[in-house]
Amino acid sequence: MKLNTLFLGLCGASALAFAAHAETITIATVNNGDMVRMQKLTDDFTAKNPDIQLEWVTLEENVLRERVTTDIATKGGQYDVVTIGNYEVPIWAKQQWLLPLDKLGADYDVDDILPSIRGGISLDGKLYAAPFYGESAMIMYRKDLMEKAGLTMPEKPTWEFIADAARKMTDRAADINGICLRGKAGWGENMALLTAMSNSFGASWFDEKWQPQFDQPEWKNTLQFYVDLMKDAGPQGASSNGFNENLTLFGQGKCGMWIDATVAASKLSDPKESSVSDKIGFAIFPDTGNGNHGNWLWSWNLAVPASSQKGEAAQKFVSWATSKGYTELVASKEGWVSAPPGTRTSLYNSEDYKKAAAFAGPTLAAMDAADITKPSVKPVPYTGGQFVAIPEFQGLGTTVGQLFSAALAGQSSVDDALAGAQTAAVREMTRAGYIK
Amino acid sequence: MARAVSTNRKIGFTVAAWVVALLIFFPILYTIITSFKSETEAIAGFSLIPSGTLESYAEVQAQSNYFKFFLNSVIIAVGSTILALVVAVPAAWSMAFSPTKRTKDILMWMLSTKMMPAVAVLVPIYLIFRDTNLLDTRIGLTVMLMLINLPIVVWMLYTYFREIPGEILEAARMDGATLWGEIVYVLTPMAVPGIASTMLLNIILAWNEAFWTIRLTTTNAAPLTAFIASFSSPQGLFWAKLSAASTLAIAPILIMGWFSQRQLVRGLTFGAVK
Repeated sequence: MKLNTLFLGLCGASALAFAAHAETITIATVNNGDMVRMQKLTDDFTAKNPDIQLEWVTLEENVLRERVTTDIATKGGQYDVVTIGNYEVPIWAKQQWLLPLDKLGADYDVDDILPSIRGGISLDGKLYAAPFYGESAMIMYRKDLMEKAGLTMPEKPTWEFIADAARKMTDRAADINGICLRGKAGWGENMALLTAMSNSFGASWFDEKWQPQFDQPEWKNTLQFYVDLMKDAGPQGASSNGFNENLTLFGQGKCGMWIDATVAASKLSDPKESSVSDKIGFAIFPDTGNGNHGNWLWSWNLAVPASSQKGEAAQKFVSWATSKGYTELVASKEGWVSAPPGTRTSLYNSEDYKKAAAFAGPTLAAMDAADITKPSVKPVPYTGGQFVAIPEFQGLGTTVGQLFSAALAGQSSVDDALAGAQTAAVREMTRAGYIK
Repeated sequence: MARAVSTNRKIGFTVAAWVVALLIFFPILYTIITSFKSETEAIAGFSLIPSGTLESYAEVQAQSNYFKFFLNSVIIAVGSTILALVVAVPAAWSMAFSPTKRTKDILMWMLSTKMMPAVAVLVPIYLIFRDTNLLDTRIGLTVMLMLINLPIVVWMLYTYFREIPGEILEAARMDGATLWGEIVYVLTPMAVPGIASTMLLNIILAWNEAFWTIRLTTTNAAPLTAFIASFSSPQGLFWAKLSAASTLAIAPILIMGWFSQRQLVRGLTFGAVK
């Protein structure tokens, strides 16, 4: 009896000692399919790391960005792992808000990360975040409608071909729009598309002296082309459409083509989410013959704020969630088609993945074509693809996005929208000290 | 004839009231309907007939612990309301029954603080919370919500107290009532409808407050507003899940509002018609 009591006492004491040593790390993340899946699979991590407990904070992308920025800038220390884009990583790393990820473990194959993605989340050769999934942009189109229009998608389509095909595929009576593009205002919404599009038209946001370039003919060509095309072949109310709205329209068979993030390909290929899953073709982002295919490159990454008191445990989690082992875990539980795309070369070398995901090749081609160190054909002082990697871009991009969205809605002319964008950009860049 | 016109007008007003009420309630009704649809049904277009699936509720519960958020909402909303009443009843009493020439200015100033955009003071408040270790605590959020709703509570109570004749309080004083006795045994029972409606309104305001409750919490003190926010997604289908989360979040306050509507209306119209 006494021995039993002693044994139970020892067990209780051990449990208390273990609880006292268990560290809880708080992870801030966005609500998308890949992140929700990761939360479901964390038993694997806690089984391997019983001394680390996980707490999740899931928020809408813009709220998360604002919330995490406030906490990191004020050194609040509320989060140990944060989900941020490749837009924030270099800016925050320069501010010393992030810890360099140098404790990811010996078996974490850093060289396996796609070079274009790795470049966007490194500063001075150090990795400040680990990519969870990556994306570029490409054309997703209805093969049956393209055939019906008597056209064949070229290997490297031009914008001229896209416009011609969109107009031919449009059938208003059958509620089919030749093309669906983002129109909702926001730096991550319509300006992602329009910045990438402008890159392919030879435009740039700024010249080498940070002078805004909206008064140049390349921007006029881009915006006029976009507005005319959407008027002739786009859906009604396109100025309110973002990624989700276009995903819905395409999935319901109401778009002939959609040019957007490569991550949409897996959703459109899923018969549960798309009624046209078996009729989709993919092609590289269009250009105008100058060789620039938009330079759209985005990754969601896990980073550790410098204010975290649990940096080592946090890095252990980041290592697990972005490792090759995690990709294999997802594949074993939910199939290869659900593996987080766009981060590791090994995934695209996997025969199983290539067999399961018809979009694997086009996605890799789109990501390889992106070069965020040279966004425009013109020499520019900034990096970034569908965004400009400076802190002022969030505010300025949204302001310009509102002006361009108004032009699409017919509330202002293209010339007025461009003039407004130029004025806003000059004012902001002067205020921020870029223009002396 | 006059009777017929009067009846017609009555019917007209009734129909108009129903139309306005339905218009106001429709977004909530459609949220509830959408929560019983599948994600593909939810995006398929306008429809008032759901398939009746409960898959969104199941997914919402699997993804988050609703009851943890619910408990935080109850503690924060009720706590901040009680705290606000403790501060506001004496404040409103002194303003209503012992006014000075600055009373109106003070009331206006208190109300004007509600006109300031909350985001303007986000960083200072965040720093204060950080330095006092109040980030992600129920106490911190209770105090914060008490402070932001206090101007409305004081204003409402002041309006109700003004309707109570000062002579009654004078009579109580002449009968030897102390200040405490005057407030507790004379004023409070007479102002119960007003205090009750103020309390209910404050609970509703605190329950629905989203700016501070999302920004000052992470995991421990996050209420239902944070629960809803976690189901909005920039990529992928989420309308049905978001609607299910919203329905679960508003259900308690809707039920409370339904049962207490008589008190709410009586309190809100108190003194409106003399």
